[in-house]
Amino acid sequence: MSVPTVLGICAAFLVGVGLYGLIVQPRPLRKILAFNLLGSGVFLLFGVLARRGAAAGWTADPVPQALVITGIVVAFSATALAVALMLRLFAETGGTSLQDDPPKAVKSEGADA
Amino acid sequence: MPPATVMAQAADASGIYLVLALVLPVVGILLNFLAGGRYARVITLGLLAAGLGVAAGVVEGVWRTGAALTYLPGGWLPPLGVKLRADGLSAAMIAVTAIVIFAVGLYAPVEFRVPRGKPETRKSLSFWILLLAIWVAMNAVFLGNDLFNLYVALELVTFAAVPLVSLSGTAGTVRAALRYLLFVLIGSVLYLLGTALLYGQYGTLDIALLAERVRPGPGLWVAAALMTAGLAAKTALFPLHLWLPPAHSGAPPAASALLSALVVKGSFFLTVRIWFDVMPGLTGFAASQILGAMGGGAILFGGIVALRQARLKLLIAYSTLAQLGYLFLMFPLAAGALAAHSGVNLALSAGLYQAMTHAFAKAAMFMAAGLIAEAVGHDRIADLRGIGRALPVTALAFGIAALSLIGVPPTGGFFTKWMLLSAAAATGQWWWIVVVLAGGLLAGGYMFRFISPALAEAETPLVIQVPVARGRELVVLGLAIGALLLGVMPQKPLQLLQIGRAPNPVAVWP
Repeated sequence: MSVPTVLGICAAFLVGVGLYGLIVQPRPLRKILAFNLLGSGVFLLFGVLARRGAAAGWTADPVPQALVITGIVVAFSATALAVALMLRLFAETGGTSLQDDPPKAVKSEGADA
Repeated sequence: MPPATVMAQAADASGIYLVLALVLPVVGILLNFLAGGRYARVITLGLLAAGLGVAAGVVEGVWRTGAALTYLPGGWLPPLGVKLRADGLSAAMIAVTAIVIFAVGLYAPVEFRVPRGKPETRKSLSFWILLLAIWVAMNAVFLGNDLFNLYVALELVTFAAVPLVSLSGTAGTVRAALRYLLFVLIGSVLYLLGTALLYGQYGTLDIALLAERVRPGPGLWVAAALMTAGLAAKTALFPLHLWLPPAHSGAPPAASALLSALVVKGSFFLTVRIWFDVMPGLTGFAASQILGAMGGGAILFGGIVALRQARLKLLIAYSTLAQLGYLFLMFPLAAGALAAHSGVNLALSAGLYQAMTHAFAKAAMFMAAGLIAEAVGHDRIADLRGIGRALPVTALAFGIAALSLIGVPPTGGFFTKWMLLSAAAATGQWWWIVVVLAGGLLAGGYMFRFISPALAEAETPLVIQVPVARGRELVVLGLAIGALLLGVMPQKPLQLLQIGRAPNPVAVWP
């Protein structure tokens, strides 16, 4: 197998694992980690495309690399925002559950305290 | 690539408005950071007023030249350069965005100002910054012509919208914001994955270049399916809507208006770009029926759930869910028109018209609900009997907006539904006629659940705890009248939507 094929399979695997985690895991921190795995898979795919030089038949295509850098910045910002929201949720409720029916959860915690 | 020759060809005088639409809000954001919350309101309102002028410049430029405006930053041509382009669809949406955001800016100061002698609060600064951020991000979505840049623009919309949900900082809204963020992040990664697949196959992400190169095949279908699914999650299309009701109903009213009226339209607009501009006529009839079925599901599900809501803001949030469904009926109708070798423009206009009228009507409705909640201290529908006597102007605005959402003539909502029904009849897709009519009945049901007692006489008159400024009521009424005017004078907006579009894309796929 050629190098791009191997790396492409790795990218597909990362995307699969990340998507599974993002949908199945109930806890926000695990969802955030899964999102990063999923993103890494997509970025790896861009890397494979750059290696393949699909655009112009060059030995390496610089455009996907520029896209990946921007993509990483965006994914980093998204992660930072998600973690900040999660910390705030923890500070407010003492937990990070995303479960529905927040009034009930708040009430029971109020009763505990 | 020699920039000089390119500059000469691209330098249409009106092209500068496209740059201003992106630069003005960013300048405002930076100024607000420097000046702080005490002056943020004045700076932002000044720039929003200037933004109305910029939007007028874009519309005037598109209207006068009868073609799309373009601007090439740095003079670089695609595929390396990033072209800014405003056709009729972009110009119309830019104008609607500028008007709605300006109205929100006029409405919001009561909640987000810093009273004299009091210390600044966090939200008095962050609201105005986020307002400008939504504005620039939406403009970037409407002007973008490169799928990757559009991805970045969509993420900017998300990053501005999520903090708006949690402005109040209570546990419930933070939870809603986090759920919203995690949900739409799945959507954006799927979109990015589709972008990667398109680049791998065709070596470009410029919309015009892609449209020349795409060929039907499994590679295109997978990329299109990933991107469409991702964008549907961001638009809260049924059944990917779970994040919307808590997020839209928990935010402060001014923020809810932005989220419901504008933010969800960004990802919808991108879906339209992909289906109609990147691969015109290449999407199969079956695929478009699936998208339409999700829209139909949204109309029926959202309508039925809205009927059962006890709180006014949640009712309006579920109504948004239903109204978003109408946007997606344009895809099967356009595919049907292609299969019948007739133009897609009727279906396309219907979809965009729905986006515009819903923006006006829903912004007005959320802000009216905000005024009601402010005046009486709650938004429980059962206890709002007689509110029409207490706040007549607000109730009038709510009523006009509701008539538009139901689709009563002569409102913009009626005109949209009429176009949808004509397109469905012309292409023989009777099942969408049933959905549209049922959706109208449901909308009538849930709106009259509030309006009918609101206009009745209460046994004990409602006590207005906090008086509401007449100016803010008039802002809300102005937006509602915008939705009405779109129905009374549809000719010019419809002509505008057609500018810069191919008359009829050729049907390649049966």
